[in-house]
Amino acid sequence: MNSTVTLTIDNQTVTVEKGKTILDAAMQIGIDIPHLCKDDRLTPTGACRLCLVEVEGRPKLQTSCSTPAEPGMVVHSETPEIRKLRKTVLELTIAEHRLSCTTCDKDGDCLLQDYAYRYHINEHKYPSLEHKVTTMNYTAREKAFVYDPSKCIRCGRCVKICAEVQGIHAITFMKRSYEVMVTTGFNEPLKTTVCETCGQCVGTCPTGALYPKAAKQKGRAKDLEKIRTTCVYCGVGCQLDLNISRKTGELVMVSTEPGSIPNDGNTCVKGRFGYDFVHSPKRLTKPLIKEQGKFREAEWDEALDLVARRFTELRSEFGPHALAGFTSARATNEENYVIQKFVRSAMGTNNIDHCARLCHASTVTGLARAFGSGAMTNSIKEIKQAEVIFVIGSNTTENHPVIGITIRQAADSGSSTVIVADPRKISLTSNAAIHLQHRPGTDTALINAMIHVILEEGLEDRGFIEERTEGFDEMAETLASHTPEFAEKICGVPAEDIRRAARIFAGAETASIIYSMGITQHTTGTDNVLALANLALLTGNVGKMNAGVNPLRGQNNVQGACDMGGLPDVYSGYQKVADPSAREKFSRAWGVELPEEPGLTVVEIMNQASEGTMKGLLIVGENPMLSDPDITHVEQGLRNLDFLVVQDLFLTETAELADVVLPAASFAEKEGTFTNTERRVQRVRKAVTAPGEARLDWEIICDLSRRMGYDMHYASAEEIMEEIAFLTPIYGGIFYDRLEKVGLQWPCRDRNHPGTPYLHKDRFSRPNGKGKFHPVTYIQPREMPDEEYPLILTTGRMLQHWHTGTMTRKSIVLDDLVPHGALELHPEDAEARGIVRGDTVAVSSRRGMIHVPVNITEKVRKGTVFMAFHFHEHPANALTIAALDPIAKIPEFKACAVKVESFAEKE
Amino acid sequence: MISASEHKVDHLMESLKPGHEPDETALFPVIDDIITSYHGQGGALIPVLQTIQNMLGYLPENSLRYVSKAMKIPFSEVTGVVSFYSFFSTQPRGTYLIRVCMGTACYVRGGNEVLEAITRELGIRVGETSDDHQFSLEVGRCFGACGLAPVVMVNDTVHQRVKPSKVRELIAQYQQAAAEKMEAAL
Repeated sequence: MNSTVTLTIDNQTVTVEKGKTILDAAMQIGIDIPHLCKDDRLTPTGACRLCLVEVEGRPKLQTSCSTPAEPGMVVHSETPEIRKLRKTVLELTIAEHRLSCTTCDKDGDCLLQDYAYRYHINEHKYPSLEHKVTTMNYTAREKAFVYDPSKCIRCGRCVKICAEVQGIHAITFMKRSYEVMVTTGFNEPLKTTVCETCGQCVGTCPTGALYPKAAKQKGRAKDLEKIRTTCVYCGVGCQLDLNISRKTGELVMVSTEPGSIPNDGNTCVKGRFGYDFVHSPKRLTKPLIKEQGKFREAEWDEALDLVARRFTELRSEFGPHALAGFTSARATNEENYVIQKFVRSAMGTNNIDHCARLCHASTVTGLARAFGSGAMTNSIKEIKQAEVIFVIGSNTTENHPVIGITIRQAADSGSSTVIVADPRKISLTSNAAIHLQHRPGTDTALINAMIHVILEEGLEDRGFIEERTEGFDEMAETLASHTPEFAEKICGVPAEDIRRAARIFAGAETASIIYSMGITQHTTGTDNVLALANLALLTGNVGKMNAGVNPLRGQNNVQGACDMGGLPDVYSGYQKVADPSAREKFSRAWGVELPEEPGLTVVEIMNQASEGTMKGLLIVGENPMLSDPDITHVEQGLRNLDFLVVQDLFLTETAELADVVLPAASFAEKEGTFTNTERRVQRVRKAVTAPGEARLDWEIICDLSRRMGYDMHYASAEEIMEEIAFLTPIYGGIFYDRLEKVGLQWPCRDRNHPGTPYLHKDRFSRPNGKGKFHPVTYIQPREMPDEEYPLILTTGRMLQHWHTGTMTRKSIVLDDLVPHGALELHPEDAEARGIVRGDTVAVSSRRGMIHVPVNITEKVRKGTVFMAFHFHEHPANALTIAALDPIAKIPEFKACAVKVESFAEKE
Repeated sequence: MISASEHKVDHLMESLKPGHEPDETALFPVIDDIITSYHGQGGALIPVLQTIQNMLGYLPENSLRYVSKAMKIPFSEVTGVVSFYSFFSTQPRGTYLIRVCMGTACYVRGGNEVLEAITRELGIRVGETSDDHQFSLEVGRCFGACGLAPVVMVNDTVHQRVKPSKVRELIAQYQQAAAEKMEAAL
């Protein structure tokens, strides 16, 4: 069983893995065989005919991109005959390509141009067959990118990446022979097709046929500098190259590199086209101080002096616990570390929290109880290698798009069986073997029933349970009544489907659970997480490669903000505030007495603000006026504060209420690190200069801290990370020089530690090393539908926008794709209310009322309505309930009772 | 070849209105039957499309969207296949489909001049249908009758060694047939 192959190319011997092609082998030893249609992410096409090589003993030339390397092969890659042939092939290709290198944005970064030069072709050898440029092709109405058929060489890369990588099949080849063109069915505008505007086609195009519209005439390869950084949107942590104009210093476009970890050159519409906010004229450029209800611009010294004075006054008058800080899942690890240090040391309180409370607090509490550590157990690349992928409460395609496409690929290729449990018909349901469309808030009933079936049929992993876990009997005892029939009544899912799902899950050698806010944002959030942990422990699906429990973290750095101690009960690395030895350690390192009591959480801080006991609040990069539940209550709390300071890029809805607003630098303007959802610490690099007087968050905080009597000084973000590594065991080996090419996954305990791709191998990180089962019973959502409010509202997000829209709604491309929000309503519920397509409806709960356009769709189940919370003009969180999970203190964003009426009726 | 139940097909044919796409409530059950009859066979897309086209004379957009959905084949792929084969048409065709062979032999023997003459005579271009819905004009790629080149096919009838000067006569013959048919119908 030889798994490698040795062959000879141009007199050099090379050994490659079995299954690799001749071209792969050649590239491995630096032999540059020209190729236009190859992209490592795609199956070989063999269409461009440039990679033809001579293989001794074979009568014809072979396409090296599609011919597997075989033992003993003798290959010649560049004989005179091959050179001549390549020249002809290129001359024929050029005949179809409009020669416009002088005005082409792709000049200098175009494979066709490179090869034409290399083989010194005659551009006019054959009469031109170029396609006429017509304005009416399938991209005519696109703001994101343009297809120019006159430059297209029909290599097929765009069509294949859309099908094989993105799994969308929006575009195809039409007609044949020289008439072939890339287009959609019936040349429909892309916008009205299934296209997700990921721009993968643009990324892979070897010529200038597909190009980003906004980058037109902004610079060619030689005018642009590429700065590798980490995307600031979701927790996937795509590695992106910001292309900066050397002339203007502006961000011109975003590109990616196949092979990069974790995204392999893939990214989504936000990552590729959503960065115009960086140069938005609405960016804050000067500190603002509110006087008589109006903002005026101020100098930094004046603003910081004022903030320091007011916070110090409030501290001495009401004590340190009348102050609090919200750190930011958008900011870097270094900034989060500095902010929590400031709140604990300079303010003197543990009242530090951030929006992780609103998304994955129950993951941290639940998984810490069951496994000892609240993070994804596996790596992103392991997901598609699992035999079964159980996606529950995660609209992965929209919210973690690049992970979404890997799940879609796994399902489409048949390598994994996908089970989806979601109240909505999300995109992944079309790739799933089973869709369990349960009612919002009934997750524990569903999961318990699956566990019930597994136990009933003896499908559990006895060996694993005995060796590696505890608490099994207590858990199993509580499940006798949790039959699939019982769950059917509660969840509205056929019992037989639950049985099938349980059998598929338990029957897999490796099963990976993917979940997100559909699980966590409930008053039973911790229970939901514990139930999933039970399921994984029961079937031995944790602590091994490809199998585990994988919470997908929402924000770019929500994992890092938690890791850095942006939480009221822990310092960096989850070292407990209540643990005297941890407190002692940080106290000594920081040279200050630290508060003993764990602090308050986000919603508790808001509650105290409205009660009047919370006096001063610092908010960095968060917008609770849209993101928190029951925003009428939030607004009342914020207005009730004696002093509110907001640090942000823009004058957000929250900043409007502040006494002082401090302009902050964006991710593109700073050095630092983000930690993605797979615990990978990745570099963020400065690519552009911050506008006006906007400053780095950590510098602002250090200046403020000094003014409040606690001296903090750092020369650079790197120096902050050195302190983090020194004080945080799981980050002990994180040093910038180690992160240059690829990030490291924590735990990474020292300089030589390679990082940890999957957790809990051999032992769990709980003190006794065992995984723990927890009995979980079904508890219904706090607010159930009734006669007055008969529908369940569940909230969430969408692909084209991000959180409170502060950044995405300023993007030309994203705003054009989705200019406003909508309420998803089932056709039968619409009919019963006399609501028709195009209507605006009034949606109300016990807490508020909004007007919003309706989208009548079978995507939601009858009795359930859905809204994304991105839109300030119809804020979903005016309706949601601030009921909390008792342990995690996470609010129930995913279920509350509402009524929907035709707007006209209401008037 | 039609593998749908007869009354559904009859209902569909009765519901057709010129200038309109077929009514979906009549069309989709027929397509379902056609797909079912090919169930389990790989590569069924082309025969399914052929069956629909034989029935309707062309492939309306709504039929392709439904085929895509029912067969779980991306819409772009279905339309790509349709555009690849000259046999398929997404436009309604006339009573007589004229296909002029442009294969090598026919081309060499003057097929192009024949095509030009037909274009002039009918006042339509390749891919179009005459205003009176009598004639549609298309180009073929070798009908396998090279010995008889240049060849023109009108529906299923092969016309051999066609000369540009004989085109008018050829078309007149079909125009007359059409008129006679119309009269008989009245």
